[in-house]
Amino acid sequence: MKKVLSVLVLLLVCAVTYAGGYRVSLQGQRSLAMGHTGVAVVNNAEIAFFNPAGLVYLENKWNIAGGVSGVFADVNYQNTEFGQSAQTDSPTGTPFYFYASYAVSKNISVGLAAYTPYGSSVEYDQDWAGSHLVNNIELAAIYIQPLISVKLSEVFSFGGGPIYVSGSVNFNRNLNRTLTDIDGNRSNVTLDASGVNAWGWSAGIMFNPTKDLHFGMNYRARIDVNVEGGDATFSNVPNSPLAPVANGRVDFDATLPLPAEWTVGMSYELGDKWTFAFDYNLAVWSAYKSLDIDFAPEDVPDSVNPRNYDDASTYRFGAQYVLNDKITLRGGYYFDESPVQEGFFAPETPRNDSHGFTGGLSFNVNSKLSIDASFLYLQFDEVEASYDGYQENGQAVPFSGTYKSSAFIPGLGVSYKM
Amino acid sequence: MKKYIYYVAILALGFASCEPELENPVDENFYTSGTADFSNYVAVGNSLTAGYADGALYITGQNNSYPSIMAQQFSLVGGGDFNQPLMDDNLGGLKLGGSQIAENRFVLSVDANGNPGPARLAGDPATDISNVLTGSFNNMGVPGAKSFHLVAPGYGNVAGVPTGQANPYFVRIASEPNATVIGDAIAQSPTFFSLWIGNNDILSYATSGGVGVDQTGNLDPTTYGSNDITDPNVFASVYQSQVDLLTGTGAQGALINIADVTSIPFFTTVPFAPLSPANPSFGPLIPTLNATYAQLNGAFAFLGVPERSISFATDAASAVVVLDESLANISTQLTQVLIGGGLDAPTATIFGLQYGQARQATASDLLLLTSSGAIGQLNQGRLDQLLAFGVPAETAAQLSVNGVTWPMEDQWVLTPTEQASVSAAQASYNATIQALAGINDLAYVDVRAVLQQVAGGGVPFDGGVVTSTFVTGGGFSLDGVHPSPRGYALTTNVIIDAINTKYGSTVPNVNIGEYGTVTISNDVN
Repeated sequence: MKKVLSVLVLLLVCAVTYAGGYRVSLQGQRSLAMGHTGVAVVNNAEIAFFNPAGLVYLENKWNIAGGVSGVFADVNYQNTEFGQSAQTDSPTGTPFYFYASYAVSKNISVGLAAYTPYGSSVEYDQDWAGSHLVNNIELAAIYIQPLISVKLSEVFSFGGGPIYVSGSVNFNRNLNRTLTDIDGNRSNVTLDASGVNAWGWSAGIMFNPTKDLHFGMNYRARIDVNVEGGDATFSNVPNSPLAPVANGRVDFDATLPLPAEWTVGMSYELGDKWTFAFDYNLAVWSAYKSLDIDFAPEDVPDSVNPRNYDDASTYRFGAQYVLNDKITLRGGYYFDESPVQEGFFAPETPRNDSHGFTGGLSFNVNSKLSIDASFLYLQFDEVEASYDGYQENGQAVPFSGTYKSSAFIPGLGVSYKM
Repeated sequence: MKKYIYYVAILALGFASCEPELENPVDENFYTSGTADFSNYVAVGNSLTAGYADGALYITGQNNSYPSIMAQQFSLVGGGDFNQPLMDDNLGGLKLGGSQIAENRFVLSVDANGNPGPARLAGDPATDISNVLTGSFNNMGVPGAKSFHLVAPGYGNVAGVPTGQANPYFVRIASEPNATVIGDAIAQSPTFFSLWIGNNDILSYATSGGVGVDQTGNLDPTTYGSNDITDPNVFASVYQSQVDLLTGTGAQGALINIADVTSIPFFTTVPFAPLSPANPSFGPLIPTLNATYAQLNGAFAFLGVPERSISFATDAASAVVVLDESLANISTQLTQVLIGGGLDAPTATIFGLQYGQARQATASDLLLLTSSGAIGQLNQGRLDQLLAFGVPAETAAQLSVNGVTWPMEDQWVLTPTEQASVSAAQASYNATIQALAGINDLAYVDVRAVLQQVAGGGVPFDGGVVTSTFVTGGGFSLDGVHPSPRGYALTTNVIIDAINTKYGSTVPNVNIGEYGTVTISNDVN
């Protein structure tokens, strides 16, 4: 444990930052260590997120799991035609989870889950080359979900529950590529909204044809976070009737979809020591067509930002090995397909296809309490990409260049059962 | 042991992920300097080098000067720090001992009727030239400097400012009162330089409508007035000495040529035929005016100069009446012919004097940007004169309308003869610049060709097309003479391209779409 901690401390020394798409798959250290598989893995309370149908198969009356990850990620950008470069300097993201389940009876369990499946935190240098698209963005959504899990037999169960979402967003960008005040300070807008509420649901089923073989399917519904009356603050706009807006605060409305996600998967236990798992996710990102910001005053031009995301698949593989009664080791891999289509590579979520390499271990402090550690290294290929949705005077002005991202995400959690 | 390997693996992955490394980072020897050494770049020139725009020098303009943009790109190929003598504010006005000696910059403002137009930015300027800056400056662009000023001792002596013997911008940065611009430049031991000088040697003549003198043949620049054209031999001589001094320390560099005055909106914005019959203060007068001019036209025909005839169309815009000093002065004959035709002597005398060198403008005349506020307006000076002659007030007023009855004065129009003087000197300067670039193995930058393109069809960029159209074209600032930041960025690319060609370097261009055009503000006087 000490060694793991010292590794984590060492990693914190790196001034790395977080970027990436706004789906953050870090909903359990044990699952993450196994490539973030889990729709058919009955291991601990993390199943509350992956497939609530499985809660009822947990052996103990009380099952609790909680944890937090530190997201250290970087994006490097450059444009070789003009010699421009930029690197993000983002705050560390700290997605967390907390799950608890209670077996009401042999066939019914109830649970409570809180987790952060969507979020983003990207910070470029103010006024960098792509500042007309984004200077910085901080996006967070906390899901809180009561759950019920019902066992029809040892072979089949189902479960689910409503989801309450509390979201917040803070986004700054320059109004365009050139507008400044008289002293050359770039005109910009900050969008801020917090405590934005929305409702959704998720449900799953589990099928266990044999004692060692499990199949699962889970669906989490799309939730549209509707910002109404958010704060838009315009700054450094020159004092002129010719300016598109005036300095100051106005209301804005916007909708950000948190897309639906299908998961199917299986797991297989080989003997007492080995577990193998496979999950397939389909994120219905096609819901994210455009980020439209409607400023309340009619004379303030609205902001339309095409995104045209595509549905995206993720293929996850994981394995677990029980070393002894104290230590369980895990490893995994996944391939994460980017929802971003060619010509829509926006620097606020500079996400291309990535390979996730995961590992981790659990240390059983005693029969009830264990500490779960995981790490995720996300490897992105260097990519030439452009965002063509920005316009000046009705003419598309692509923002293009070379991007290289990487992320290292250590996580620590605890599991408790009684 | 197994666990140990495991931890090492974590550690290795962790460190690998600290910084995502691009395969070929632009800031690590991606570009090459070829055979050039950009480590100490010094720019020498006039307002165009200083970053002057909108009729003033101010901080953001200086930051968008072509030398500043070039230095930013040079930093990718071993370029060092680039110090500029930044002004104290973005107003741009100058003071000397507390009193203002140069106006604030223009901004695009909207008047009470909703019409946008240039106006002077309001505010009390902070830059006082008696606060002489210390240190040396890579940007040795001195607004207003002509070729021979760069080698003139005392051009930075504050005592000479009130008499016009010294330049307030050089006073701010001169190493000592008797320093020369070129001397302070080479004292910095540049490894690379740019020299763009000679524009004002023709431009001050052109922007004054040719009120100065073409000094071709006069080899003593100390006898020149501020609006005169510099003799091409004087130019060649001082230019060569500057190139010799700059290259004397082994520096490489770029020589930039002089653009056409017809490429800049100061000369191309006001049409030669701006008088619309739809104008309520002009249209109704056309029959009367034409009746009056008919007598005059008869006299012109009689005197063998029918081409000087003046008439205004009722169905199309008409050309203004201009004074052309190159025409033979026929005042006396005109008066006599008009008297012979039955006109009373006093009126005939006034007409004779007023139209002795007058004609209607043609497409070959360039009306200056500054004339737009004068055309069709009452000329107070002429009115006062006529009243003093005892002309009745109503008649005097009718005869004193700029461009309609009172020929546009010399200062508003650059006539073809004056343009020819300008072009002849310009062609000679450019031949000198090109020849010296060849002899000294320096990059020769044909900015003239690019500005012709801007003024012609325009130059496309990722957000549209940059043209020389005043205010809206994007290439020029609100003084109509100096480029906008976008225009300076375009200039930078042209210079970089020439340098890359000459020295085999690969300095990248800048994206001109990221540079602004005119500054909007209603904080005006």
